[in-house]
Amino acid sequence: MTSLSLKDLTKMPVRLASGHRLCAGCAESIIAKQILMGTEDPVIVSGSTGCFEVSTTIFPYTSWNTPYIHTAFGNGAATCAGVETAYVALRKKGKIADNIKFVNFAGDGATYDIGLQALSGAMERGHKMMYVCLNNEAYMNTGIQRSSATGMGASTTTSWAGSLASGKKEFPKDLTAILVAHNIPYVAQVSPHNWRDTVTKASKGFAADGPSFINAVSPCPRGWRFASEDTISMAKLAVETCIWPLYEVVDGEYALTAESARIADGKAEKKPVLDWIKSQGRFKHLLQDRWEPVVESIQDEVDRRWEKLIKLSKF
Amino acid sequence: MTMDIAINGDNAVALAWKQIDPDVCAAYPITPQTIIVEKFAEYVANGEVTTEFVCVESEHSALTLCTASESAGARTFTATASQGLAYMWEMLPITAAMRTPLIMAVANRAVSGPININNDHGDAMSARDCGWVMLFSENVQQAYDMSIVAPRIAEHHDVQLPCMVNLDGFILTHAIERMTMVDTADVKKFVGEFKPLYPLLDIKHPVSHGNMDGPDFYYPHKVQSAMAMEKALKVCEDVFAEFKELTGREYHLLDEYRCDDAEYVAIVLGSSFGTMKATVDQLRDAGIKAGCLMPRVFRPWPEEALAKALAGKKAVVVFDKHLSIGAYGPMFPEVAAACTGLDKLPEMHNVIYGLGGADATVAGFDKVMREVAAGDAPKITYLGVKI
Repeated sequence: MTSLSLKDLTKMPVRLASGHRLCAGCAESIIAKQILMGTEDPVIVSGSTGCFEVSTTIFPYTSWNTPYIHTAFGNGAATCAGVETAYVALRKKGKIADNIKFVNFAGDGATYDIGLQALSGAMERGHKMMYVCLNNEAYMNTGIQRSSATGMGASTTTSWAGSLASGKKEFPKDLTAILVAHNIPYVAQVSPHNWRDTVTKASKGFAADGPSFINAVSPCPRGWRFASEDTISMAKLAVETCIWPLYEVVDGEYALTAESARIADGKAEKKPVLDWIKSQGRFKHLLQDRWEPVVESIQDEVDRRWEKLIKLSKF
Repeated sequence: MTMDIAINGDNAVALAWKQIDPDVCAAYPITPQTIIVEKFAEYVANGEVTTEFVCVESEHSALTLCTASESAGARTFTATASQGLAYMWEMLPITAAMRTPLIMAVANRAVSGPININNDHGDAMSARDCGWVMLFSENVQQAYDMSIVAPRIAEHHDVQLPCMVNLDGFILTHAIERMTMVDTADVKKFVGEFKPLYPLLDIKHPVSHGNMDGPDFYYPHKVQSAMAMEKALKVCEDVFAEFKELTGREYHLLDEYRCDDAEYVAIVLGSSFGTMKATVDQLRDAGIKAGCLMPRVFRPWPEEALAKALAGKKAVVVFDKHLSIGAYGPMFPEVAAACTGLDKLPEMHNVIYGLGGADATVAGFDKVMREVAAGDAPKITYLGVKI
């Protein structure tokens, strides 16, 4: 695959079959397909427990046309690392000739929270594997509980908006920066609305001589409360409001990409956070006058992080 | 060529691993297992093995990485103890349910709390329901021998289950004993090539491992594991017989000592079996017809062999180095269950001993066995405890 055209992408092997049991409008299968288009080499996929795992592997069926393994929730990185280690061992002994790639798909709960230690360990050890976070900003598989990726002000089933509360009180953890701090060859943020940007980044991640990490925003109609046909426009809005900037960090060098580069360059509009808040039911309480300061503080924090990212980046 | 050497239990396990030369080893250090991974890392550093050695950041990742590696098609070993095994616990039944025949040495140590680094069987006993084959060792020689037979049992396609090789912390892991090592070429020939079933790395035949089961599949899958465990009884006997041909050292599901004409049989696990054999000799000298036995294979539980060994005995005394608080030692009810088919149920006693490294002595064992013989023993005794 030398150039990225949709026509070429249609010729890529279908590694994730249709007929899985994800909700209508779920972004996860879209992201996974885009990621898996990043290499023509065979790929072995691992998955941390979560929506994507349970929806694609219900025995006696599987949606995977490529070898797949799941073990538990907090250890996707160690699972992927285990397969990669076996590959290294057997290849060295001449028992395997193929060039095989390894990728783990996990939700934000499995990545930002319970699986952070295993992820950090695998990245530090330098396994040649890609870790993809399908970040839908809460524990959706167990019924929309807050995670450390949940945006401030979001109402979840463990951070309700109520008479005394404006939803989740904290800003999300900057996990991508934590992965950058591991000094691995490739780190990126992607959004499924921009398939070209995502597939390009996936191919860079697969080609990296060491671990790579991709954090993907994954709009969730059920958890975010929006119509299931709006998934892609929701992903686009996350980028346009700079809630979810698109960038990559190659060997420690930051670069904004796609719409985010254009916004930083003044060639595209940076939309207000209020557009984001108005678009989703999980934030609807924030439109009450009494929570105006919360909306302001979200905008301030988004701006602060965005300005910091611009300073770090070439664009 | 065989050779007698002086070696501690941890180094003996590492030596067996070196001779087997597994494809992958991932482990996290914990007392009293640490010497195993240290020694093995030294073998790796000096090119004495071809193994990919991974220093993971936790035991949870150690067992995860090993399970995935084994599923991928690589022969994989690890080792742990106590809190490490506790930290692995989430993965223990997953490893077994995925039918990954990896090998794990467990340097048996008390489980916190209170924190305690000494030997008892609290770690292994807390893992007994997880679907692993569990072998126990009385001395360093046995820890070494069990490490060599383990892959043959676990990887047998009738079994296809992970296997734990237990050796008592410090008493065996750190004590230097004389041991006869097997020639490396013989070890390699005995253990043979790993023939994985449905390996992930066979990319031309893609399979999914670790799928989600509803009740219609979860239950049958559990029963299939139980059926494989049942088959492991025969596989253990077959592999032990083959090992005897190679080394002359004889192992069975149960190790029995002076049980044939015994009236009082003590059942004990691990290094205390030697202490109990000395106790039995002393009791015999005093005219008390005692015997003892050790379940070498704890999982699968050798119920039939036990029932046969215990038929017609006056009393059975189960010594447990762990306590299920609020009930008995874990082995006691299982021995009692094995006796339920006997024509006459022997008198049953449970002795808790040695928790957190408390002394296990001939004097203590002798005292409680004499009480049993005199008809003075309570149903449960906390041997040697001062409160």
